[in-house]
Amino acid sequence: MATVNMMTSGFSPAMAVPQMHGMGFEGMDTEVSTGTTIMATEFDGGVIIGADSRTTTGAYIANRVTDKLTKVTDYIYCCRSGSAADTQAVADIVKYHNDFHRMEMGEQPLVKTVAHMFKQLCYDYRDQLTAGIIVAGWDKRNGGQVYSIPISGMLQKMPFCTGGSGSTYIYGFVDSQFKPKMTKEESLQFVSKAVSLAINRDGSSGGIIRLAAISKDGVERFTLTGDQLPKFYEDS
Amino acid sequence: MATPSMFGLNPGAFWSGGPAPGQYYNFPGSQATTGQNAVQRTLSPVVTGTSVLGIQFEGGVIIAADMLGSYGSLARFRDCPRLLKVNDTTVLGAAGDYADFQYLTNVIEQQVIDEECLNDGFGYTPKSLHCWLTRVLYNRRSQFNPLWNTYIVAGLEEEKPFLGYVDKIGMAYEAPSLACGFGAYLALPIIRDAMEKNPTMTQEEAVSLIDRCMKLLYYRDARSLNKYQIAIITKAGVDLRGPIKADTNWEVAHMIK
Amino acid sequence: MSSIGTGYDLSASQFSPDGRVFQVEYAQKAVENSGTAIGIRGKDGVVFGVEKLITSKLYEKGDNKRILNVDRHVGAAFAGLNADARHLVERARDEASSYRHSYGDPIPLRHLTERVAGYVHAHTLYSSVRPFGVSMILGSMEQDGPQMYLIDPSGVSWGYHGCAVGKAKQNAKTEIEKLKIKEIKGWFLGVAARPSRQPHIKVI
Repeated sequence: MATVNMMTSGFSPAMAVPQMHGMGFEGMDTEVSTGTTIMATEFDGGVIIGADSRTTTGAYIANRVTDKLTKVTDYIYCCRSGSAADTQAVADIVKYHNDFHRMEMGEQPLVKTVAHMFKQLCYDYRDQLTAGIIVAGWDKRNGGQVYSIPISGMLQKMPFCTGGSGSTYIYGFVDSQFKPKMTKEESLQFVSKAVSLAINRDGSSGGIIRLAAISKDGVERFTLTGDQLPKFYEDS
Repeated sequence: MATPSMFGLNPGAFWSGGPAPGQYYNFPGSQATTGQNAVQRTLSPVVTGTSVLGIQFEGGVIIAADMLGSYGSLARFRDCPRLLKVNDTTVLGAAGDYADFQYLTNVIEQQVIDEECLNDGFGYTPKSLHCWLTRVLYNRRSQFNPLWNTYIVAGLEEEKPFLGYVDKIGMAYEAPSLACGFGAYLALPIIRDAMEKNPTMTQEEAVSLIDRCMKLLYYRDARSLNKYQIAIITKAGVDLRGPIKADTNWEVAHMIK
Repeated sequence: MSSIGTGYDLSASQFSPDGRVFQVEYAQKAVENSGTAIGIRGKDGVVFGVEKLITSKLYEKGDNKRILNVDRHVGAAFAGLNADARHLVERARDEASSYRHSYGDPIPLRHLTERVAGYVHAHTLYSSVRPFGVSMILGSMEQDGPQMYLIDPSGVSWGYHGCAVGKAKQNAKTEIEKLKIKEIKGWFLGVAARPSRQPHIKVI
């Protein structure tokens, strides 16, 4: 019954109950599942997405350098949280349908369209899936956009959005620091700080910070490792 | 989701693999048991909306709901409209699981388009939508897969005010004032009292009553938000207002010694 | 039509020796016998006009419409067999609704046309089916402005600024070509381009 919990956008009240295992290390008999910090924010001209890199099976870190920023098209990415297997499968299916759709339409799909496809799958299989996904990207018509698709398969457009178990620790930070129409650099700072703070407090988030900036010029990827992570009072 | 049996806390069946009533053999694994066969359905809502209020007045109806999408006790989404304008005489308000409400919204909007295409002058009326909803919700609960919502339909039926309620098991009724969730406990008694004292309420009186109730719900419902929408349905059509923020008063704080 | 009766016109699934599919050509004939339908795309909208012959005083008003809705943003006008057209419009509605369900957006007319034209074309490939005796003009208002396409019984489709099908299509086209179609607002175009004002023609 062990599942790898790479990321989870979701915590539910039931998960707050400590899970006791019969023997051995915590995580030897659990699903690779939910524990993550993911984030996306609109900026003037595009979006920034970011995530930690920890994948856990219970308390064991199955992968410490995971890439949770998954490409859907050249201009649209998703941030995955929840069951690693479920979210990878959903992302693969959306990518397949979307590639077909792009060929049929002869142009890059809208971010909204891709988000809708994710939502449709997440809603239709909400009882089977553990998937909390953020879809973010840029399109010609509407510029940079962020969409949140939490566990239940609802769809909500947002100026910025966090997800995963780590997100709960940083609502105060992001709500106080977000400003509309930040520059790309400001937004990269904003996301790095937020994910870093979440990593510090959430045992299920950790490792390095992976970031990407998506705009009309395509995707720029960044990786913050070791001493590049933003520091706070305890670190100095 | 973790269940006690997953971790071996529950003992297995005391007698297994031997003869069972009505059969010779029942080897483990030779036959799927009901438990393994069962499909798990929505057992609880995830992102939820709280109360919806509706009242009739002279020549119209008002319906109101706040814009919070709660995730447990986390006020996660603060820009979730829960009133759907179906047409110029009908508005639907929803509480409960927001994903289910979005699903039903898509279904209704497509049906309204289908209806418009026919261009025969017919369309949904509040009564017909309410009736249809009772069938959908009752059917879903009968498949053990309910749409986890309470819906309140407001509108004008042949120029007369209509208010209808349907919940996730398909239980339905009509009344001159309706509320669900916390609103049923906190707002409805106040609304009923006001309507009893003033049976022919004007639109303005009804709006201020709704405003009063939404403010009260913000004070006393821990899953509410001071940001709400109201829809007023009259002969003139649907007037969807909001987001509205109530002015709150905390003067009582100073009286605490 | 010298090849009529040589046996190559009985099925849509067989070419004649000179490379024609007669069943499709006959379907086009059915369209040419029908009352005229025109469509004009202006700067801010699309206008359809159809000629409707009222052959009896006993008919109820407004029946057998030749301009129908497909979606909120798409309309269709047609010439040819009414029943065939209604089936085709129903198909177009299903395609529009299916697109909306899958992608959450109104279907772009260019794409809807492709899907409907594909359906029409499929009916020119098999001996077990008859081609549609219909030419359908589809018009839409989209974010990038108005669009208009014409699908003919062979399943071919074209985008148009102004088009006409049916009995008087030549006259109508000649009139439309005189207009500075890309500059004029749609609504005035519709009135100006009404092909004739013979008393038996009712423009609905």
